[in-house]
Amino acid sequence: MVRCKTIIAHLSEYMDGDTSVEMRQKIERHLRGCRRCNAVYDSTRKMLVITGDEQVFEVPDGFGDRLHSFVDSMLANSESH
Amino acid sequence: MQKAVESEAEGVLIQRFLAGEREVLHDLIRPYERMYYLQAFSILRNQEDAEEAVQQAMIGIFTHLSQLTERDRFKQWGLRIVQNESKMMWKRRRQNLYESIDEGSSDGSGEMTSYPKQYADWRDLPSEAAERREVREAVARAIGELPGIYREVFMLRDVQQLNLAETMEVLGMNESVVKTRLHRARIMLRESISPIFAKPERSVWERWKRMNPWFAARR
Repeated sequence: MVRCKTIIAHLSEYMDGDTSVEMRQKIERHLRGCRRCNAVYDSTRKMLVITGDEQVFEVPDGFGDRLHSFVDSMLANSESH
Repeated sequence: MQKAVESEAEGVLIQRFLAGEREVLHDLIRPYERMYYLQAFSILRNQEDAEEAVQQAMIGIFTHLSQLTERDRFKQWGLRIVQNESKMMWKRRRQNLYESIDEGSSDGSGEMTSYPKQYADWRDLPSEAAERREVREAVARAIGELPGIYREVFMLRDVQQLNLAETMEVLGMNESVVKTRLHRARIMLRESISPIFAKPERSVWERWKRMNPWFAARR
């Protein structure tokens, strides 16, 4: 049985589908039998669903308008020079 | 496929810009506005500064676009300019302080968690969890509290959803640095937000009952 420490060290790569087939099988076997590592894996997975949600970070109201009027004045300035 | 079509259209826009149609810059940056802001905000953590840094970056994009040789890389190239502008502004702002109050937390030299300590199962989160304001705020705050070197990688990979190669390009880092920092960022963030999402601990009585079912059954 692979040690928990090894599993945790490779967890991030595993979640990104970035491990060797051999390591992936070891991790999956370990996760089935280890409640603690499985809790870490499952909660990290849930966390990434939340952080990837567009609603977590909001852009302030009017940001786009302010940015484009800045670009407008920048373009106007560059033409007058 | 969709991506290829988009970057082809982007290539055409860049072409038009370089041919003198300067106003297409608006169309060029539009898909990335949100990314620009979030990246600047994740470094500066202040709305006004973040907006200013993005504006400064627009000058950089405008001035140097002719130097972008690989036109299908406008996304990461532009983000890199935003990243650099934001970092420069962060340094300037910091010089204005008598002493840095959170040096440790911004350069990553502070205490680092690279192994989990919390093992509680998380509740099953409904898909609309992120719609709840308190969840959003708590998660955003926890990301903001990650040390800077981990936060920048996490923001690009797990918030902005850039792939590994794009992240490496924006940050000018090699693969192993990005992967290691991302891994630590995920572990640290999971630790800090676990208390919010963990299933409630069973009461002492319930735990005892599970260990001694024969006694509980008699009652």
